[in-house]
Amino acid sequence: MTEELDAGLVAEQIRQADVLAPPDQTTEIGRRRARKEDAKLVTGQTTWTDNIQFPGMLHAALLRSPMAHARITKLDVSGALQRPGVIAAYTASDLGADQIGLPCAWPVTPDMVHPDHHPIAVDEVRHVGDPVAVVVARDRYSAADALEAIDVEYDALPAVVDMEEALKDEVLVHADKGTNRSFTWPFENGPVDDVFAAAEVVVERRFIQQRLVPCAMEPRAVVVAPLPASDEYTVYSSTQVPHVLKLMLAMVTGLPEHKLRVVAPDVGGGFGSKLQVYGEEVVCLLLARRLGRPVKWTESRSEGFLATHHGRDQIQDIAIAADRDGTIRGLKVELKADMGAYLMLVTPGVPVLGAFMFNAIYKMDAYRFTCTGVFTTKTPTDAYRGAGRPEATFAIERVMDELAVELGMDPLELRRKNWIRHEEFPYTTIAGLTYDSGNYEAATDRATELFDYEGLRAEQQQRRDRNDPVQLGIGISTFTEMCGLAPSRVLGQLSYGAGGWEAATIRMLPTGKVEVVTGTSPHGQGHVTSWSQIASDALGVPFEDVEVIHGDTKTAPMGMDTYGSRSLVVGGIAVHKACEKVVDKARRVAAHLLEASEGDIDFQRGVFSVKGSPDAKVSIQEVALATFAAHNLPEGMEPSLNSDYVLDPENFSFPHGTHLCAVEVDTETGWVQIRKYVAVDDVGNVINPLIVEGQVHGGLAQGIAQALFEEGVYDADGNLTSGTLVDYLVPAASDLPEFVTDRTVTPSTSNPLGVKGVGEAGTIASTPAVVNAVLDAVRHLGVQDVRMPCSPERVWRALHEAQAGAR
Amino acid sequence: MTTVQMTVDGVRYQDEVEPRLLLVHYLRDRLGRTGTPIGCDTSNCGACTVHLDGKAVKSCAVLAVQADGADVTTIQGLADGQWHPVQQAFHDNHALQCGYCTPGMIMAAVDLLRDNPSPSDEEIRHGLEGNLCRCTGYQNIVRAVRQAAEQMEAAK
Repeated sequence: MTEELDAGLVAEQIRQADVLAPPDQTTEIGRRRARKEDAKLVTGQTTWTDNIQFPGMLHAALLRSPMAHARITKLDVSGALQRPGVIAAYTASDLGADQIGLPCAWPVTPDMVHPDHHPIAVDEVRHVGDPVAVVVARDRYSAADALEAIDVEYDALPAVVDMEEALKDEVLVHADKGTNRSFTWPFENGPVDDVFAAAEVVVERRFIQQRLVPCAMEPRAVVVAPLPASDEYTVYSSTQVPHVLKLMLAMVTGLPEHKLRVVAPDVGGGFGSKLQVYGEEVVCLLLARRLGRPVKWTESRSEGFLATHHGRDQIQDIAIAADRDGTIRGLKVELKADMGAYLMLVTPGVPVLGAFMFNAIYKMDAYRFTCTGVFTTKTPTDAYRGAGRPEATFAIERVMDELAVELGMDPLELRRKNWIRHEEFPYTTIAGLTYDSGNYEAATDRATELFDYEGLRAEQQQRRDRNDPVQLGIGISTFTEMCGLAPSRVLGQLSYGAGGWEAATIRMLPTGKVEVVTGTSPHGQGHVTSWSQIASDALGVPFEDVEVIHGDTKTAPMGMDTYGSRSLVVGGIAVHKACEKVVDKARRVAAHLLEASEGDIDFQRGVFSVKGSPDAKVSIQEVALATFAAHNLPEGMEPSLNSDYVLDPENFSFPHGTHLCAVEVDTETGWVQIRKYVAVDDVGNVINPLIVEGQVHGGLAQGIAQALFEEGVYDADGNLTSGTLVDYLVPAASDLPEFVTDRTVTPSTSNPLGVKGVGEAGTIASTPAVVNAVLDAVRHLGVQDVRMPCSPERVWRALHEAQAGAR
Repeated sequence: MTTVQMTVDGVRYQDEVEPRLLLVHYLRDRLGRTGTPIGCDTSNCGACTVHLDGKAVKSCAVLAVQADGADVTTIQGLADGQWHPVQQAFHDNHALQCGYCTPGMIMAAVDLLRDNPSPSDEEIRHGLEGNLCRCTGYQNIVRAVRQAAEQMEAAK
């Protein structure tokens, strides 16, 4: 276990452990460990950013535009300065050259149109919520009150909220750019035009990915604590990316990188929305520097709806070409992606990532993808759980069902006919990625077994036959995703501004306790527990003896942070590799202490012993103490077992699975009820099944929410009409079903633990499964499509329009 | 300014407060009881749920002056020497991930179990519908509340 990891053996152990949970489990990896993180969270001893207080700390509040698009004709903050408790108030012109534009790290094409994006708007506002002024006061109530005393007038400009309207360039979001088109990113492989010209069947569809609001439960917050004497700053932020933030703050403010420290304290969820460099982070830093006092800003939820980036919002035109027997020949995708008013950290890259996922698990001869990024007068979009991959998976899985209807085939059979067979791995797809492993047959077999596919199909037929007002639909999603972002060379090819490595440091303390320093930055994922399990196995120390340090650029100086289901596959493997280096050093010391040659030393569960003389042994804890004392070390050896590893992954990982959903649709009310949801995921080997299941559950909830509940709705004037939790339906417990989850285990062959990542799988898979089920329930009544979210009103209207059409 | 007196997690306080001060801000900013977080401004999310004289309330929807004379229990005052069975069950069942909704979810669950000591899954789901969680999909929360109910019943 500790040295050469037999992936297949571990897989089998994990499988058994998960089912039987034997008390004598000898490895930490695979064990259902309740989390170390929980104690502070269930007792309220957490350090959320908004909990942080410093003596003399000031509170910032931002005045935000109520207009989607306008010129600022008057802006006077003097009234605010008269209010009690107000220390300062600034507009963009007050901040002047101090406020440099916010960064976009992903210029997807050389000619990408990249407008300036100031933390405080300069002269013109471009979405509701664009900040126009900031007030700093002694307490949060005084700051909020003072906003009302700011005198601001706007000259309204036309809003443009629809991408196709925007592409006409009649209303320009950024007049100086002359266009609302940010970029067009093309990809092509194979004879696309020939394939489509010769195709026996072509199915074309347009799907709309509605705009979603991430809604992490913790609203964002920032505290900046300055040390004016030396011009040093500590930035506490509710962020997923403290390391990225530190670098970017240095770049956009000009403050020297070594004078900045960024801390992500306890962070209450992110889902991509805290993978960002936000204006408020820059503004608080500038304010703390100007005023020489700590400054806090905490967003309200309603403010967050406007100020924290949104997700999705795409128009997808997809065409699939196939033979009559169901063999897929080609795929064409034309994507329009709403950037919102500005490009933020990875805004343009999100839809482009989809390029590699539309082809999904299917073999084909030709593929064309283009993505056009479009500016509108709406809150910017950026990564939201899945980031480009759920959108792509939705479109391909929906169109597979449409093709099955066209061909009169069972949708599951159509998928079986076209997916990459288990024996064909590794397989290079039409999009150019090499999938290292997969077993779609096994996952699908398990899912259909748990689901009772045949039984539900029979019931569906009966309901149809008797014209039951409540119809049954079955939806399928056989998905894959690319995780473990990412091999740095690939990111370079895609013009991303950084690499995709991850760092780990292992510190062996003199008493044999262990500190794992990780560059990942968890905000709910349980890295402290999982990394402890990895280190415990690799070093042979008790789980309880491991502490994990993260989320502070001073104590964990190197990292690329947490997003894109990358943490385990890149960061967790870095921990494993760093532990191996510790063991190598310790082996040398052990050999010296045992007066044997290194080659004769075995290492098992924390004990070094001499081959053939099992009584001659020394524990890793004893080696740690002996190394610390340094009285008797091998010649030339440093007195330290501490080790670093920076891992640049050789490939992405490709979790996959088969999700089956049965819905009941009340044809009289349009009400959709999930009757059964089966998720069989293959995320490779599993460190902690409890955590994996939790990730799947939460992912399913968010994907189902896109299918049935959530939509960021803008009116024609650019107002977000679903701008609070009253109007934007984040599902409650009563809105969701009990899920049936299981796993198959096909280890990744690209990393030594055989892991693949799990953070986004549920979200990616579930949306098409649910919508396919809704359509399957009502297609025989003439319904061709229902736009997401499939609310009762939308379903009811679709049914009535279909009936009207049939008359 | 108005004078309020209340007991919070067993400690008596008397303070001058603005009449508009929300109970949650009083707890967090004045008393430093930051275990109770704020998740929204429309009383939808329930992250700030505390017990006011033994009943669950959303402390963002109560003014500090309304709690005058009351006995307030927050997540920080729930454990009595050892964790409350609901706290333990949340840990055992992985019913939390980021943990931001957890204080409110636990306080709401404790109140639910007071009203209905052995709820069905359906009753748990409806009983907690005023508390939003974005991480867990609620499955393990339902499981945890069920387990806590069983343990609390068994301990009677």
